[in-house]
Amino acid sequence: MLAWALLFHAQILVDVPATAKNPHTTPADLELGRKIYGGRCAGCHGPLGDGGKGTNLATPILARSPDDLALWKVIRFGVPETEMPSHNLTNKEIWQIAAHVRTLGKLDTAPVTGDSKRGEAIAKGKAGCLSCHIVRGQGGELGPALTDIGLRRGPGYLRRKLTDPDRDSAGFLQVHLTTNAGTALSGIRMNEDTYSIQVRDRGNRLHSFWKADLKELRIEQKSLMPSYGDKLSAQEIDDVVAYLTQLRGIQ
Amino acid sequence: MSILKMTALTLGAMLGTMLAAFGQLTPERIAKAAAEPQNWLTYSGNYAGHRFSPLKQINESNVGKLKVEWSYQVNSLQRFEGTPIVVDGVMYASEPPSNLTAIDVRTGRPIWKYRRSMPSDLRVCCGQVNRGVAVAGNLVFLGTLDAHLLALNAKTGAILWDVTVANYKDGYSLTGAPLIVKDKVITGMAGGEYGVRGFLDAYDVATGKRAWRFWTIPLPGEPGGQTWAGESGKTGAAATWVTGTYDPETNLVYWGTGNPGPDWNGDVRAGDNLYSDCILAIDADTGKLKWHFQFTPHDVHDWDSTAVPVLVNANVAGQPRKLVVFPNRNAFFYVLDRVTGQFITGKPYAKQTWAKGLDDSGRPVRVPATSPSVDGTQVWPSVSGASNWYSPSFSPETGLLYVAVRESGSQYFKGEAEYKAGEQFNGGGFRSIPGEVLWGAIRAFDPATGNVKWEYKLFTPPWSGVLSTAGNLVFGSTAEGQIFALSATTGKELWRFEAGGQARGNPISYAVDGKQYVAVTMGNALYVLSVSQ
Repeated sequence: MLAWALLFHAQILVDVPATAKNPHTTPADLELGRKIYGGRCAGCHGPLGDGGKGTNLATPILARSPDDLALWKVIRFGVPETEMPSHNLTNKEIWQIAAHVRTLGKLDTAPVTGDSKRGEAIAKGKAGCLSCHIVRGQGGELGPALTDIGLRRGPGYLRRKLTDPDRDSAGFLQVHLTTNAGTALSGIRMNEDTYSIQVRDRGNRLHSFWKADLKELRIEQKSLMPSYGDKLSAQEIDDVVAYLTQLRGIQ
Repeated sequence: MSILKMTALTLGAMLGTMLAAFGQLTPERIAKAAAEPQNWLTYSGNYAGHRFSPLKQINESNVGKLKVEWSYQVNSLQRFEGTPIVVDGVMYASEPPSNLTAIDVRTGRPIWKYRRSMPSDLRVCCGQVNRGVAVAGNLVFLGTLDAHLLALNAKTGAILWDVTVANYKDGYSLTGAPLIVKDKVITGMAGGEYGVRGFLDAYDVATGKRAWRFWTIPLPGEPGGQTWAGESGKTGAAATWVTGTYDPETNLVYWGTGNPGPDWNGDVRAGDNLYSDCILAIDADTGKLKWHFQFTPHDVHDWDSTAVPVLVNANVAGQPRKLVVFPNRNAFFYVLDRVTGQFITGKPYAKQTWAKGLDDSGRPVRVPATSPSVDGTQVWPSVSGASNWYSPSFSPETGLLYVAVRESGSQYFKGEAEYKAGEQFNGGGFRSIPGEVLWGAIRAFDPATGNVKWEYKLFTPPWSGVLSTAGNLVFGSTAEGQIFALSATTGKELWRFEAGGQARGNPISYAVDGKQYVAVTMGNALYVLSVSQ
């Protein structure tokens, strides 16, 4: 409570911009922002924004910064109860950093040439995407939900993921284990520590094991997702990418 | 528990409690800490930095019955890294950001609380943490994030004196536990990511008057000043943020120093950059430097040498030697003569790719092209190092040094390095290596050689220290949230507990009413454990 009061107090003393939109986004601003970021922010957030120890900034949605002014305030005042400190830079410098930060999570702008209607039919039909992924309440639960995938991933990434799924398993690691009693199980790793592991099997059942009770434990970096490079035509992949790109939440 | 069941040691501990309750905590008592194992009188348990408890009521045969006796939660989401001090039945536990609570160790109930409001524009790179306090006489000493040093009445929490150690707006803060040596309270400072000029300070216990200051960066013209290009030393950091150790026989204080600034861009500070990444041996009375040893000359990987220097007496080539051992963040294990500073031996104790080895003087022979670059350079160990600020432990019973070791690398990037007072001065950054499988371990070393005796593997690189005890136990904790006890001689796991919060602290042990306790911070709580009889 006191911390918030002090923060509020500090914000009165500081000339907080009245605009919600970043006024300093020219190429020259971005270049200066990149320089300041590289010298002062990259220490925690990493030069590309993907850390390091700081919050991942290489993502299009920043939880604490729905608009530019919110991002400005995060940089200027820090985030209470986290390691993010305040920064006593000029208002303009902070805007320039904010402008650069917004570029870190920018979705790739690879062209979308496919037909999203056709893509939807393919995704829900012959490609069988919904057997593992959920879209607006329909589909399987093995893989990550796709309901807002168009907000989180750009078309270039989606195309790569369809044709070369092992390049980024995004935390969905496959586990193969055998207990001392001889039971074998494969599934997705939900959590792991020194002593135990939690697994979700292909039937969506949850399991938990002490590692001392396992005689084999193998973690595969390979994705569970099949490659569609030889299952769909180039046009069909373009169409699915177009469909996924316009999935932007529950409407 | 019947008197007959008591060990001689715990009986002695009880007598000690009764006697000590009438006395004050004198520096002589700290120097003879082993004589009163019921207390934990200083940050590392003794002046030598052993973090060892002579208590053995909890031992290999009964540690399996260890249970939580009480816990204490802090009202903060900042990391809880403090080592509590226990004197005559009262625990002094520091909390984030710069708070202090005196707790009755019998009941776990607070006796008094000191709460300090923090300005909103603190300059702290890495969380609003405090790692502990010091006690002398009837006073408790607390360093604060706004760079003050306070003396509080140990019975009431009332402030006796409050001195400004430095201006926090320039990037200074105090995060470490002070160290009492004779009539002085010695404190380091943090701020290595803000281009400050580092120092180590000593203040008069009774008055708060500064007795001496040792600047960790010599000015141009002073010895060592030539190791900084131009005026680059003025923003060269070399902070002193982890509590050092003291040898009453040499009257030297041993203290590690941090990274040179800016962290990852060394172009602007050509030279060895003394006394960054050093161990300093400083006369406790005068603050004069007796000797120094630099682990990482011209560091460009942020490998602070801020850890507890452990003082050990051991045979080297058949001769008894007074040693200081230092498992460094740069992944080399160093053994030095603590009287002269002479390098005796050193070798890697975790994966490293930056040095071919150490030469006869202990200076690293660097692998080319391992400096940070604009496109990133992959190097082991990581920016957090093979070890970090958290404490090792030395058991005089087993003769082994126990260290929580981190196995990971980083990609290091070079960036712009423009100094602005009170702002971060990093000159680059780092990121984790995509797809790298990180891990960690508790390793037991022969302190005179750095040879590994046993290893206990951890799934995640640890962020917490270890305690060894005369019960032939090593206590540690995981970054996943468990506390564990191992056999000190074999490393075999004997007990563990799921505490549900990431470990970021150093365990201690003490006794009250003849009963031994182990205490450690986990997540945002302090857990106090004991074995019911």
